[in-house]
Amino acid sequence: MSETWKAFKPYALITPQTLVFLLFLVFPIVMIGVVSFWEFNGYSMTPAFTLANYQGIFTDVTLKTYLNTFKFLGLVWVATLLIGYPVAYFLAFHVPKLEWQILLFLVCTIPFWTSNIIRMISWVPLLGREGLVNQILMGIGLTQQPLEFLLYSDFAVVLGMVHLYIIFMIAPIFNSLMRIERSLITAAEDLGASGVQIFKEVILPLSAPGIAIGSIFIVTLVMGEFVTVRLMGGGQSASVGKLIQTQIGSLQYPLAAANAIVLLAVTMLIIVSILRVLDIRKEL
Amino acid sequence: MQDVKTESAIALQAVPEGLQAEAKGVSLRDVTKRYGSFAAVQNITLDIQAGSYTCLLGPSGCGKTTTMRMIAGHEDISAGDVYIGDTRVNDLPATQRNTAMMFQSYALFPHKTVWDNIDFGLKMRGLRIDERRRRVGEILEIVGLTQFSDRKPGQLSGGQQQRVALARALVTRPQVLMLDEPLSALDESLRVKTRGELRKLQRQFGMTFLQVTHNQDEAYSLSDQIVVMDHGRVDQVGTPVEIFSRPLSKFVASFTGDNNIFPGTITSAVQDTQGQLIQLDVPNLGTLLCQGDYAQVGTEAACCIRADLMQITSLAEAEQSVAGPVNNRVTARITAIEFTGYVTRVSLVLERGGMEVLYKARTPDWLTTSFTEGQVVVLDWAAADCVFLPH
Repeated sequence: MSETWKAFKPYALITPQTLVFLLFLVFPIVMIGVVSFWEFNGYSMTPAFTLANYQGIFTDVTLKTYLNTFKFLGLVWVATLLIGYPVAYFLAFHVPKLEWQILLFLVCTIPFWTSNIIRMISWVPLLGREGLVNQILMGIGLTQQPLEFLLYSDFAVVLGMVHLYIIFMIAPIFNSLMRIERSLITAAEDLGASGVQIFKEVILPLSAPGIAIGSIFIVTLVMGEFVTVRLMGGGQSASVGKLIQTQIGSLQYPLAAANAIVLLAVTMLIIVSILRVLDIRKEL
Repeated sequence: MQDVKTESAIALQAVPEGLQAEAKGVSLRDVTKRYGSFAAVQNITLDIQAGSYTCLLGPSGCGKTTTMRMIAGHEDISAGDVYIGDTRVNDLPATQRNTAMMFQSYALFPHKTVWDNIDFGLKMRGLRIDERRRRVGEILEIVGLTQFSDRKPGQLSGGQQQRVALARALVTRPQVLMLDEPLSALDESLRVKTRGELRKLQRQFGMTFLQVTHNQDEAYSLSDQIVVMDHGRVDQVGTPVEIFSRPLSKFVASFTGDNNIFPGTITSAVQDTQGQLIQLDVPNLGTLLCQGDYAQVGTEAACCIRADLMQITSLAEAEQSVAGPVNNRVTARITAIEFTGYVTRVSLVLERGGMEVLYKARTPDWLTTSFTEGQVVVLDWAAADCVFLPH
């Protein structure tokens, strides 16, 4: 084979992937960036360079929507971490056989076995006014009338997201816990560490990269969320994703594009700050 | 090999007063470990002197590591008692046994610096910070790693990691220090050097060292006492010289050196000054004379002769010298001559019975002879060198 071909070969090999990447990721984002500077008069948009769309974001309503999205993010992150870590810990350290670990891990993916719509609808008989939970609560006399906040509320949105996304927290934590050499725990015991100390000094720091990766998943997923917000919020809850979707629905493309760019920047900022705190390189 | 200097540097210096540990002995009484119906360790009774260096020697799966882990408290004891000093420790957690263990793969905390790794045990025990600083500093100096204290284990060579693991175990001043194959991860030249350093450290600290190894050279060079284990049982306990020159079983004879083993039936046993002079009838070969104890006429047993304790002569020479009355003589054909440096290894097949035997000669001695492959020769060995193996 000729020398030129040899030199050229690696580039030829990465070309298809690069094209896909450019065409379907970089190009659309650039397009959105361009459109975000266009003019919009309520009926049509015209190519231009205006910052009006961005100025439109810094209104009370949009800022409130951002705050609400951050609230969702914070609550979902805390809940997935607090529930996900013990689950991952149990799977990694207390389930002795690999087959059982795999089986139980599959159980964690059950939320993905049905379509989003069916899953959302199935919350209604559980959480609705006449739902199972309310009936039980009233049946045992804990409340007199049905609890309204269970469905179509911020609570319901957070519940739906936690249910849906917790696997993205469990999986990376489980992975990093499985990589901890068991002899390290024996060594820590040998050196006099108690159970709590072993967790604090050995297991937690060594699973931190898993927490970081899980957190990045949660951040990207929750920040762009609009389906769960719409279905579980019942029109009562707002998020940036839903805002953008509404704007697209009313054909306000430049405004939606500007919002998307800001959302992207904010999300990247959060991810960068996570990576500043936790080093995930050894996990990759 | 760029940092050969730092690899070797366990300094021979007086151990600071406070680091001197109070060495304790270890006693095992009928200790058994069962996993379901499988007994990994069966009825081991053993005494380890305070301040001694003992090696548990055996092939993988012989129960040596399990035995050590039971002493350290990392494995439950199915039956029997373990004492450290005069204290029965069966029900004490590992933390309260005043032992320390150095793990086979070192088990250093990858996210902690050398300093924090060594400090870990002291921190967990809640020592004051100035005391911890002093002790970690001292031990770092002893193992010659002071300038590496801020590094993470991943940034150290294998030899340096090994010394961090050792320092981490030593710094808690254990009454018994246990080492699980401490040298197996090192390359050959470093292993020999580190072996010497381990022994030096043990003498320096006067600490009780208990080591698990599958390597007989390691056990010979390090130990005051060797415990040979096989199939969860203790086969023989003795000094390195005893184990090497007077093995008591076929297993010990084959595991600890180049021994030629002849199984047979005992036909007579006569008491003499050095024990019993025993006649063994070896099938297809004839009668061999050996020296030993506890022989019972009529029972199956074996004898062994070390490969370097035989004499080799040509047929013509052998005809002129008649074998003595307490001597063994066989004829054999040379099948292979293997030069290995200091020693030349000669493989032979016995003319009667067809058994394979090994003869070893110092290379300079071998070079004065003119034996060739395929030649039939005579092998002689004295009954006094031929060790009786009761089982």
